[in-house]
Amino acid sequence: MDLQSLQDIAKAERDRQKPVRVHCCTSTGCRAADAMGIYGNLQQAVKDHHLDDHVEVVGVGCMGFCGRGPLVQVDPDERLYEEVVPDDAASIIEAMAGGEAKPIQGDPQHPFFAKQMRVVREYSGKIDPERIEDYIAVGGYQSLHKAIYEMTPAEVVDQVSQSGLRGRGGGGYPTGLKWATVAKMPEGQKYIICNGDEGDPGAFMDRSILESDPHLVLEGMAIAGYAVGANHGYIYVRAEYPLAIARLQKGIQQAKKYGLLGSQIFDSPFDFKIDIRIGAGAFVCGEETALIQSIEGGRGNPVPRPPYPAETGLYDCPTLINNVETLANITAIIRNGADWYASIGTENSKGTKIFALTGKIRNNGLIEVPMGITLRQIVEEMGGGVPDGEVKAVQTGGPSGGCIPKSMLDTPVDYDSLRKVGSMMGSGGMVVMDDTTSMVGIAQFYMEFCRGETCGKCVPCRTGTVQLYAMLSKILKRQATAADLVQMEALCEMVRDTSLCGLGQTAPNPVLSTLKYFREEYEELLIEPEYLRDLKGKATASEVGG
Amino acid sequence: MSVRTLKIDDKDVAVEAGTSIMDAAKEAGVPIPKLCHLEGLTPVGACRMCLVEIEGLNKLLPACVTEVSEGMVIHTQTPKLQEYRRMNVELIFAEGNHVCSICVANGNCELQDVAIEVGMDHSRFPYRFPDRGVDLSHPLFGIDHNRCILCTRCVRVCDEVEGAHVWDVAQRGAACYIVSGLNQPWGEVDACTSCGKCVDACPTGAIFKQGSTTGEKQADADTLEFLYTAREKHQWTR
Repeated sequence: MDLQSLQDIAKAERDRQKPVRVHCCTSTGCRAADAMGIYGNLQQAVKDHHLDDHVEVVGVGCMGFCGRGPLVQVDPDERLYEEVVPDDAASIIEAMAGGEAKPIQGDPQHPFFAKQMRVVREYSGKIDPERIEDYIAVGGYQSLHKAIYEMTPAEVVDQVSQSGLRGRGGGGYPTGLKWATVAKMPEGQKYIICNGDEGDPGAFMDRSILESDPHLVLEGMAIAGYAVGANHGYIYVRAEYPLAIARLQKGIQQAKKYGLLGSQIFDSPFDFKIDIRIGAGAFVCGEETALIQSIEGGRGNPVPRPPYPAETGLYDCPTLINNVETLANITAIIRNGADWYASIGTENSKGTKIFALTGKIRNNGLIEVPMGITLRQIVEEMGGGVPDGEVKAVQTGGPSGGCIPKSMLDTPVDYDSLRKVGSMMGSGGMVVMDDTTSMVGIAQFYMEFCRGETCGKCVPCRTGTVQLYAMLSKILKRQATAADLVQMEALCEMVRDTSLCGLGQTAPNPVLSTLKYFREEYEELLIEPEYLRDLKGKATASEVGG
Repeated sequence: MSVRTLKIDDKDVAVEAGTSIMDAAKEAGVPIPKLCHLEGLTPVGACRMCLVEIEGLNKLLPACVTEVSEGMVIHTQTPKLQEYRRMNVELIFAEGNHVCSICVANGNCELQDVAIEVGMDHSRFPYRFPDRGVDLSHPLFGIDHNRCILCTRCVRVCDEVEGAHVWDVAQRGAACYIVSGLNQPWGEVDACTSCGKCVDACPTGAIFKQGSTTGEKQADADTLEFLYTAREKHQWTR
């Protein structure tokens, strides 16, 4: 395989593609509403109407507007059909011949789409994730070729550093710095790990990337391998994502067949193979040290850092571990250059971020927005606001994040601003709450999640989350006093400061942030302590007696 | 050999590079409370009792797994640390069923010692009273999960010193328990050599010799240190 043959494949694929492509979403969300039935019926309808010559039905990945799914889009006339059912298929095809289509037509210029900036999701929902040729036709694997033949590993690391890309898994650690650390470790066995153990409630960005454009991540991993001197990569995907796993497997096989993964990639001395490891249903395995333990076959328990994985990671070798979305940004950075990437976003947060917009909001789904956009723009303009009532708060960062009140909706979405208001970027969950939502209930929900997902290794996280959950339940049952609230705050601080890994250290965040902005909701649920009630009772009795 | 000099609670101390803060403090004669750490076993930093404050760092770090570095200024007894340690011990007591007066380890229990050390005489958190079992299937020993604090010393001593790996941790979070073999009764685990190292390693009365009653367990953690020194340094001294 050389550049010429890659371009030949791309050209052959473009020639093969028919002028009209009907994109039918075949991702998990739409599949739940019988997208595969729609896909089959669309194909049948094309045959029935003898349109095979110039129309093809393509099963694509996620288009983003999941709340209105299943989605079907016709390329190039850009007609978008929402909430399609299998019986609508025939009328969609008939509409091409001038008929009227039955299903609801969406507006591709809707702010939900128009305000997005698609870097990672550029081809999500446009290409068939199960055909590598489709990916190559839109320029796939050219960045890998460029990195191997036009750049030294140091130059690749340099580009990533200059781009200002920061870890998309939640922490926001500068990606270039991580790469540089691993690259500087002495030569020898090194590993790349792609962290696909996405587990925040309500977040499904990484699943969508893996399902819609698996080669983007594979190519990003290979470039990372070239840059830091690793010849072996692992993708750790949670078992709850069977479609993502199947498409990755297919993707790896196809890439190997074309010599784009494996030995002597593009006939260069660079070897890189990728294996998949499937999680066993533990949220804590998204923590990098626990994830490494899990790949090694051990119990998914975090271990104290330092040493950091960059130094001593998988099988005690230097290991670069990046999130799915982080690695999915790499090809674009190599293709368009660090300066282009650094021109998007704010001073300290570059590029775009994908969010899973859910909760009490009109338009649900995945959005990719440039950093620095305000929460208000996302919620009110793109999300279309709350269906009935008003926005009360926006929760970001999942169980590690916090609730941002309505008054702070003008906060720009970037790593530092979100941290300043007591939340965090997190992996990209964004849950909107309206005025009927109990904030104490929300805190209890996230604490219940952490209580169930703590590995149990360190005392504060294992037992502290149990006690915090019990305290929140006591407050909600209107059995707690002001003293309980004080004790709960003290315990929150203790768990935050003394836990071993990020799970425990951030578990109290939902409680602390709701206490900060919605303290009155907690106080309204408190009762008077017993001794005060007794004293008052006595006082009334004595008055009556006197 | 390169040397690092540092300050622990205003005491100057010089130790070999690579030493843990825990060992440096031992040399300086500064006691740091601990529960999961045992000399000779891989430190895991799980109990969080040995957290210390280091000037210039806003994070508390566990003394057992943190290496010293030149010029470190360490505080082991700040009011914040004392409060956190006390809460930590309260959480442990509230989590299991720790009733000293009827425990085999009463008077010879590291959990009890630590509770006294941090001034914890009652738990401000409600006791959870979990429903846990007792396994007396082994002819010589028994394990009472009510008294277990999940320090994993038994797991590590069995794996790293005896090489039998009878124990491990099952489940997660509050449901965690020490599991023997393939979740079998202890007495049915073929791998067990009945060496009794787990009895000596256990800081509480969770693992004990059968036939011992209240206050009779005399766990000898020093035996394990002796074995470790003998093996690593070829010094047969006690």
